[in-house]
Amino acid sequence: MAEPLLDIRGLQTHFHTFGGLVKAVDGVSFDVKAGEIVGLVGESGGGKSVIGFSIVGLIDPPGKIVGGEIRFDGRDIAKLDERAMRRVRGREIAMVFQDPMTSLNPVYTVGRQMDEVLRLHTDLDKAARRARCIRMLEDVGISEADKRLDAYPHQFSGGMRQRVVIAIALLAGSRLIIADEPTTALDVTVQSQILKLMRRQVEDTGAAMILVTHDLAVVSEMADRVVVLYCGRVIERGLTDEIIANPAHPYTRGLLDSIPRIADRQHRLRQIPGTVPDIRSIGLGCSFRARCSRAQSLCAERSPDLAHVRGSLDAACHFPLEEAAR
Amino acid sequence: MNRLLSSEFVYNYRRNIPAVLGSVLVLVFAFLAIIGPFLVWQDPYDVSQLELMDSFKPPVWLEGGDPRYLLGTDGQGRDVLASIIYGARISAFIGLAAMICSCVIGTTLGLMSGYYGGTLDAVIMRIADIQLSFPSMLIALFLMSAFGNGIGMILIALTAVGWVVYARTVRGSTLGEIQKEYIQAARVAGLSDAQIIRRHVLPNVLTPLIVVSTIQVGSFILIEASLSFLGVGVPITEPSLGLLVKEGFDVLFSGIWWTSAFPGLFIMFLVFGINLFGDFLRDELNPRLR
Amino acid sequence: MTQPVLEVRNLVKAFSIGGGFFDRLQIGGGKLIAPEKVLNAVNGVSLSIAPGEVLALVGESGCGKSTVAKTVARIHAPTSGEIHIDGTEVSSLDQKELRPFRRKLQMIFQDPYASLNPRQRIKDIVIEPMRAQSDRKMSGRELDAEAIKLLGRVGLNAEQANRYPHQFSGGQRQRIGIARALSVRPKVIIADEPVSALDVSIQAQILNLMMDLRDEFGLSYLFVSHDLSVVHHIADRIAVMYLGFMVETASRDQLFANPRHPYTQALLSAAPSVDKSLRKPEVEIAGEVPSALNLPSGCCFRTRCPLAFSRCAVERPALRPQPGGGSVACHLHDPAPEAFTS
Repeated sequence: MAEPLLDIRGLQTHFHTFGGLVKAVDGVSFDVKAGEIVGLVGESGGGKSVIGFSIVGLIDPPGKIVGGEIRFDGRDIAKLDERAMRRVRGREIAMVFQDPMTSLNPVYTVGRQMDEVLRLHTDLDKAARRARCIRMLEDVGISEADKRLDAYPHQFSGGMRQRVVIAIALLAGSRLIIADEPTTALDVTVQSQILKLMRRQVEDTGAAMILVTHDLAVVSEMADRVVVLYCGRVIERGLTDEIIANPAHPYTRGLLDSIPRIADRQHRLRQIPGTVPDIRSIGLGCSFRARCSRAQSLCAERSPDLAHVRGSLDAACHFPLEEAAR
Repeated sequence: MNRLLSSEFVYNYRRNIPAVLGSVLVLVFAFLAIIGPFLVWQDPYDVSQLELMDSFKPPVWLEGGDPRYLLGTDGQGRDVLASIIYGARISAFIGLAAMICSCVIGTTLGLMSGYYGGTLDAVIMRIADIQLSFPSMLIALFLMSAFGNGIGMILIALTAVGWVVYARTVRGSTLGEIQKEYIQAARVAGLSDAQIIRRHVLPNVLTPLIVVSTIQVGSFILIEASLSFLGVGVPITEPSLGLLVKEGFDVLFSGIWWTSAFPGLFIMFLVFGINLFGDFLRDELNPRLR
Repeated sequence: MTQPVLEVRNLVKAFSIGGGFFDRLQIGGGKLIAPEKVLNAVNGVSLSIAPGEVLALVGESGCGKSTVAKTVARIHAPTSGEIHIDGTEVSSLDQKELRPFRRKLQMIFQDPYASLNPRQRIKDIVIEPMRAQSDRKMSGRELDAEAIKLLGRVGLNAEQANRYPHQFSGGQRQRIGIARALSVRPKVIIADEPVSALDVSIQAQILNLMMDLRDEFGLSYLFVSHDLSVVHHIADRIAVMYLGFMVETASRDQLFANPRHPYTQALLSAAPSVDKSLRKPEVEIAGEVPSALNLPSGCCFRTRCPLAFSRCAVERPALRPQPGGGSVACHLHDPAPEAFTS
């Protein structure tokens, strides 16, 4: 098996706030191989976005990466200084955010922002750069690319802007794209267009992608593998089809049951009781125990470690679910 | 009380040295203004307590200084320190009273302007624009010289100058608030406009006003001082800090610097303290309107 | 048939945008003019809800579904059309005359953070509609007791009643909003995307609560949502909106089994799903929703419709009842009109 492109081991990102230490990411490990889409799923407070920001080194005080390694292409980029990190960011690792407006500068034309990437990372001349920008815009499905290049971001619709952001990410030849809720702000019909585009681009360029989302349905259609997060920890990971069909962790099961199914309508949804606890007040034991129907006394005493359960699934649970739990 | 002391607000405050310095300055001045008259032995406006023999005594650390007059005396033998303390009371009263008047008027107009919009909004805001296109000193000067002076007139002039800031701030936050769904919920609940404004909009636009008010008190004290310095402010019988500076200014070039310099410094430190504290409040309260 | 609790006929809502008279002032043709820019948010929508029924309005952003909800709740004044609440026409009543009808129709909002006044205790939030609408004066203690009972029904306890909204999570806030709507015992609740801001696990809790309350209080819902799986779970009937027009209405099972309007088909096929088996044949539509400032001629969907033909640009299709129930606004489902020649 080839060396993974990104290998995160025991990542810890903590925030020192007035109310105490928030372990937003607390010992997260997973890897991403080239040409693969890995979905990071979880509800708010799971730490999924913080992981994305940690990888590109965009954690601002009071947050800090306090432990673990982020090995990208064999070297630990968590240890790089800001200048070296800037070279990695943008060129090798690109980010696509939920709100495309925040990643595009409103005062420059789209063309200029795309051109800038090429100027930094290639030595093409002006005409060649423009030609490549046009080709890239066409690749991401923007018609009349020649004209659109001279338009400003606000002249694009939400979906078009997200296409531009993806085009910029691809233009730099990034080998890893971190997409943080890239379609959450978009309508379903546009969402499916963008998802298809991202899927195709990953297949064509062989780049890897981390898809951060709260939407299990999106993940199940897009990702090869899934990492499920809860309260800053990985509670389950494995191949997408296996997790969706037969999860080992009660939380993943609960999440899947919470989604109304069109194929299998129940009068009541099976809900997970309670809410995500305050990360600061978990203490010893499993963070999910208060909401878990399988919790026993052991769950309050010792926090479960991530361990192999069956097939491709690793889960952090003392009492993982059996294969035919349904 | 305990909850307050352990709150994030207090925590941030204690780590913010300028804020502590500013509030200490303000507190010291407030303390002086309130109980100051009991601390000094002379009432500078009781003629029977003045001795012309003691006129123009320099501060105590200079040659010829008199230990009874720490900061020296003026031409009528008044203790400069005592004058400052009495003057500070008047300045502080004017600053606070003008702040309250302009806050009430400005907030009311701002709420109506933002909530009802339309023509009412256009009229109020155009008046505000016109007002803002004149320097506030000029407006105050004009009003004072047209209608005479006195503390009441000063309050009217300062309110006329100051309501605009409140009206604009409140209108801005009102426009933001009435977009929110809880206002729509209040409408669905069947509340009248007046009830919605009073119970829902007003409590949620107050926070920025705390900041504005702090800064406004400082600037009102300054404007009042300038007016008094120009001779259109408080009457001579109720001398504020500004008037003290003016009176001292007349003899400044004959080497008697202390009668104007000390009141001037006092104004400076007072406004400086208020502004430091106001900046802290702005940083604390504005980004997340709680 | 029983009388519908809510009936809307030909509702139109146009927003005048571009600011006040002075902001729009410009020179055109040598004269000073103030042209009016109009956003056609809702263009003639009719619907009716029977007692105990859940009608869902679905569509993408900008389709006018929230505007329908807020106009029916009279947060916006309708431009034209009729709104009957429990048999009485209310669209022309002013806010004061409307108050007795507010008791029959309440609303749950989308944003659990913005829909509660941060300066009010949650007890007072729940009491407010009762105090504004009750015809007999209730004492403070009665109101308190009622509020605590309601909060208890939606899953919050009495100690929490004196807290402020920021002390609650999104799901709990949405429960508070539901208690507020319930407090005057309405017949219809308009729910504007009530779960779209919530996490999946919380979403299920709120949907279950809403279904339980419907059975318990005999409520009807007008449920606005963009999420088809949520709509499938909760609705009895579904109306699909596009650009301020209603393009299809059908019972839930019929709509999901056999969508007839090309837009409905596209919407269903675009929705991601965890059920691999369920993936529908792709109906791909390109582009995005056109601006409501400048509606396309003819059919509103023709600019994106893969099946559009010449008639679609000329004639706006009407919503017509279909054999087998439901109605569709599409020329493909029209009986061919004799008058039309292409």
